[in-house]
Amino acid sequence: MDKLSENRLETRFSDAKPLYTDSEAQIEANRCLFCYDAPCIKACPTGIDIPAFIKKIATGNIRGAAKTIFEANLLGVSTARVCPVETLCAGACVYNDYDKRPIQIGRLQRYATNRALKMEKQSGRKLFTPKKKTGKKVALIGAGPASLACAAYLTLEGVEPVLFEVGNLPGGLNTTGIAPYKLQATEALQEVEWLLQFGIGIKTGVTVGKDIQLQELLRDFDAVFIGAGLGKDKLPGIPGETGSGRWGATELITKIKTDSGFIVPDEVQQVLVIGGGNTAIDIARELAMLGVPEVNILYRRTEAEMPGYAHELESARKHGVRLQECIVPKEVEESSNGRLVLTVENKNNGKLEKFESDWLVYAIGQEKHAARLSKEIEVNDKGWIVVDEATRRTSHPKIYAGGDCINGGKEVVNAVADGREAAKAMLREWSGE
Amino acid sequence: MADLAINMCGIKSPNPFWLASGPPTNCGEQIMRAFDAGWGGAVWKTLGDPIVNVSSRLGSVDYAGNRMSGLNNIELITDRPLEANFREIYAVKKKYPDHAVIVSLMVESREEWKEIVNMSIDAGADGLELNFGCPHGMCERGMGSSVGQEPKVLEKITSWVAEASSIPVLVKLTPNVGDILDPGLAAVKGGADGLSLINTIKSIVGVDLDNFVPLPSVRNKSTNGGYCGPAVKPIALHMIAALARDPGVKIPISGIGGISTWRDAAEFIALGSTSVQVCTAVMHYGYRIVEDMIDGLSNYLDDKGMRSVNELIGKAVPNYTDWGNLDLNYKIVARINEEKCIGCQLCYIACLDGAHQCIHTRQNPCSAFHGESDHGARPRTEVKPPVMHESSAGGEHVPFIDEEECVGCNLCNLVCPVPACIEMVEQDTGKAPESWNERMSKQLGGFGG
Ligand SMILES: Cc1cc2nc3c(=O)[nH]c(=O)nc-3n(C[C@H](O)[C@H](O)[C@H](O)COP(=O)(O)OP(=O)(O)OC[C@H]3O[C@@H](n4cnc5c(N)ncnc54)[C@H](O)[C@@H]3O)c2cc1C
Ligand SMILES: Cc1cc2nc3c(=O)[nH]c(=O)nc-3n(C[C@H](O)[C@H](O)[C@H](O)COP(=O)(O)O)c2cc1C
Ligand code: SF4
Repeated sequence: MDKLSENRLETRFSDAKPLYTDSEAQIEANRCLFCYDAPCIKACPTGIDIPAFIKKIATGNIRGAAKTIFEANLLGVSTARVCPVETLCAGACVYNDYDKRPIQIGRLQRYATNRALKMEKQSGRKLFTPKKKTGKKVALIGAGPASLACAAYLTLEGVEPVLFEVGNLPGGLNTTGIAPYKLQATEALQEVEWLLQFGIGIKTGVTVGKDIQLQELLRDFDAVFIGAGLGKDKLPGIPGETGSGRWGATELITKIKTDSGFIVPDEVQQVLVIGGGNTAIDIARELAMLGVPEVNILYRRTEAEMPGYAHELESARKHGVRLQECIVPKEVEESSNGRLVLTVENKNNGKLEKFESDWLVYAIGQEKHAARLSKEIEVNDKGWIVVDEATRRTSHPKIYAGGDCINGGKEVVNAVADGREAAKAMLREWSGE
Repeated sequence: MADLAINMCGIKSPNPFWLASGPPTNCGEQIMRAFDAGWGGAVWKTLGDPIVNVSSRLGSVDYAGNRMSGLNNIELITDRPLEANFREIYAVKKKYPDHAVIVSLMVESREEWKEIVNMSIDAGADGLELNFGCPHGMCERGMGSSVGQEPKVLEKITSWVAEASSIPVLVKLTPNVGDILDPGLAAVKGGADGLSLINTIKSIVGVDLDNFVPLPSVRNKSTNGGYCGPAVKPIALHMIAALARDPGVKIPISGIGGISTWRDAAEFIALGSTSVQVCTAVMHYGYRIVEDMIDGLSNYLDDKGMRSVNELIGKAVPNYTDWGNLDLNYKIVARINEEKCIGCQLCYIACLDGAHQCIHTRQNPCSAFHGESDHGARPRTEVKPPVMHESSAGGEHVPFIDEEECVGCNLCNLVCPVPACIEMVEQDTGKAPESWNERMSKQLGGFGG
C-alpha cells in the first residue's frame, strides 16, 4: 500500500462543516426531540438509530453513541462527513415541518465517532472485538466503501476477508473522489486503517480479471463480493474531445486529492465543466475554491432537471460557480494561442455558439466496467449488476455485489448498506437459516 | 398604566419587585445600581456575627442544555463587617428614600437581637427580615433553619424582635418542614408583621463522578446546601398558597422561590404574595431583568383591566381547594390538531408507556387493551396480540386518539413540542357536578348518618 504525499492540492481546503466542540455538540444534541418511530431513521439507508445516538451524546455517553452508529454503519466516520444529509436523515427531521432548522445529524455523527475513536486510541479499550474464527473466507473486489463495509462486518463475525484493489490506495472514491471540503484522503485512509485492524486482509495493485481471475477467487474462497464501483469518466463523443487541457472529472479530482505536487496553473483562468450531476458541481466548486476566476457548468437541460442536488449547486454558486442551461457540446478546437474553443448548440434558440476556455472537464458519468468481470453474472441494460434485493446476491450463487456497480452510482451510505446486507446474507447462507 | 406601588405592612415600595437577601444584596453599591435598574426594594444580605465562607460555594442543575435550572449554595450570612454594612444602608436610604430597604438579620441571644435591631433602625431600614431559613452551616450553630423548624423557638425569638422593633418585622420561613402552617402560625403568634418564603431547600446538587465528591466540592469534600432557582418555584407556590388561604394568617406575604419573569411574579401575587423577591435569576442574568418584569406586569394588569397590582393579590387563592372538592364528573379528552402536528409521535409513546394506551398511529400495531372502556376495571394480565388501528382523520404520521379510552390526564399535551397542537376538550357527561366530599356525605346520609 502506498503512503499519501504531504504535498497534495486538497490540503488547501478546509472543512465546510467543522468538527463540533463538546459544547456545540451538547447544544445541538439537546435540540433533538427524540421522536418515536423517527422519520430520520427511515431516511437513513443504513437505518442508524439516530435519536438514540443523539440522546447518548446529550447524556455524555459518547462511546455508546458511537457504538449505536457503528452497529448499523461501520463506515460511520466517513458517512458522517460525506452523506447528503439534506436529502436523507436531516431532510426527514420533523423540524423541517416546524419552520425550524433540522438537527445537524451528520455533524453530531462526526462528533460522536471522532470522539469515541480518540478515546479508543487513548484507553486501548476496543469498541469492537471480532468473534472466534469460523474458517470461512471471502474475496472482495475493490476496496471502496461497499467492500470495506462487507469485509468489516464479516470480520467481526469471525470470517476472514481479503480485499483485492487495483489502486495503490484503499478506500475507493472516499479516498479519491469525495470533495476535499467534506473529507480528505488522509481522513478516508484513517478510517480504512481502523477497519483493517479488525483483521481484514488486503492486496493492492491487483486487478481482478487481469492479475488474478474471478474463477481463481471462486475456487479459493467461500464467496466473492463485487464492490468494483464504476469505471473511467465517459467522454461526450465529439470531435476534438481529447488532448491537453481536457479532463475527465474523476480523473482531475483524484489528482487534486492524491497526487504529489499537482497544481492548477495560474494560466487557467476559465474552466468549462460539462455535466449536470453532483460530480460536475463538485469539480466546479473545487476549481473555483482553488482560485480559478471563472468556472461555468454547461448542462444540456434546465436547472430543474439537473440530477445534482439543489443544496450543492447553491453552495457552489456561493463560491462563484455559474450554470448555463440547455447547452449541448458539439466540437472542441484549439485556438492559435493554445486555448480551447468549444462549439455548442444552445437549445433555447437552436443556434450554435462558441465558448473559450483554458480547461474543459467532462462530468457526464462513468463507465460501467464491473459487467466485464464475468459472463456468468446477469447485468441489466444499463450495465448494472443485477442482485436480489434481500441478499445482494447476483445470478451466481457464490457471488454477491453492492455499491455503485449495482445502482449505477448512488452514495457512499448505499454502498455501506449493500456491503452489510450481503455479509449478513452470506452468514445466513452458511448457518443454514 | 396600572399602579405597581405596594404597601406591605407599612413597608412602601414603588413596585412589588424586591431583591432577596443574597449575593445580589451584598453591599450598598450593588443595591444602588439595582434601584437605578428599577428594583423597588432590596432585602440586605443577612447580617449577624460575620462569618468565613468557603470556595466553591455554588453548584447547579443543568437540564437538557439549560444552565442553572436549579441552583444550590453553601454560602453563609454576610462575611463583611457590620459597621460597613450599616454605613452602606444609611447611604442607600439617604439616596433612595422611596425605595424599600429591608435588613435581614440572624443572631443568637436576646441581647444580640435587641442590639442588631436597634442598629438597623438607626441606619434607616424600612423593615426587618428574620432569617430563620438558612438550611446549611448556620443551622449547625443553632441559627437559621434550626430556628425555623422549631415553632416554639421561632415564636419566642419573633416576639423578642417584635417587642424591640419600631419598624415592620418579616419572618423568613424555611421550606424544610413537614407543614408550613406550623412555623407560619408561630410567626403570627410571635407578632410578625409579614412572612417571607421560601428560603432554600436542603439539597445535594450532584456528585463529581470522577472523584466521588458531592458538589460543590471544597477540597474534595462537600456538604448539603440550599436549593433555589426555577426548579423550586412549584414548591414555593404551594407553601405561599397554603398560608394565604389559612384564616389564621392575616399578615401579608413576600413570595420567594424561582421567580425569573413577570409571569412567575404574577403567579406568586395571584396566590397571595404582596411583594416578590428574586435571587437566582439576578445571579444568572443581572439586575436588568427587572425592566421586563415591570413592563410585562403592568401590560398584563392593563390587559386584565386592573388598575393596581393590589387587585391581583390573592386572586387565585379562592380557587385553591382540597382534592375532595374537585368535580369528579368533569371530563376532558385530548384532541390533536392535524394541521399543526409535525409527526414526532412523542404523544403516542408517552400515552402507550406512561399513561393509558389511548393514542394510536398508522405505523405501529398495538397490543394494549382496547374497545373495553372500563378504564382498567377488569384485570389486564396478558399482552394482547397486536392490532392495527384505523382512522380516517389526519395524515400519515399524525397519531389519533381513542376518545372513549382517553382519561384526560393531559400527558400528551405536556409532551407535545408544538404549542397548542394538542387541545384538551371538555366532554358533556350529562352528569351534574359532584365532588368526592359530596359523594361521601351522600353515602353517609344514605346510611341514615
Ligand atoms: C466525484 C464524486 C463525488 C462524490 N461525492 C459523494 C459524496 O459527497 N457523498 C456520497 O455519499 N457519495 C459521493 N459520491 C459517490 C460515492 O463515492 C460512491 O457511491 C461510493 O464510493 C461507492 O462505493 P463503491 O465501494 O461501490 O465504489 P468505489 O468507491 O468506486 O470503489 C470501488 C473500488 O474498486 C476498485 N476496483 C474496480 N475494479 C476493480 C478490479 N477489477 N479489481 C480490483 N479492484 C477494482 C476501484 O479501484 C475502487 O477502489 C461521489 C462520487 C464521485 C465520483
Ligand atoms: C448564594 C446564595 C446566598 C443566599 N444567602 C441568603 C442569606 O444570606 N439570607 C437569606 O435570607 N437568604 C439567602 N439566600 C436565599 C434567597 O434569599 C432566596 O430565599 C432563595 O434563593 C430563593 O429565591 P430564588 O429562587 O429567587 O433564588 C441565598 C441564596 C443564594 C443562592
Ligand atoms: S426527526 Fe429530527 S427531532 Fe426527530 S428524532 Fe430525528 S433528528 Fe431528532
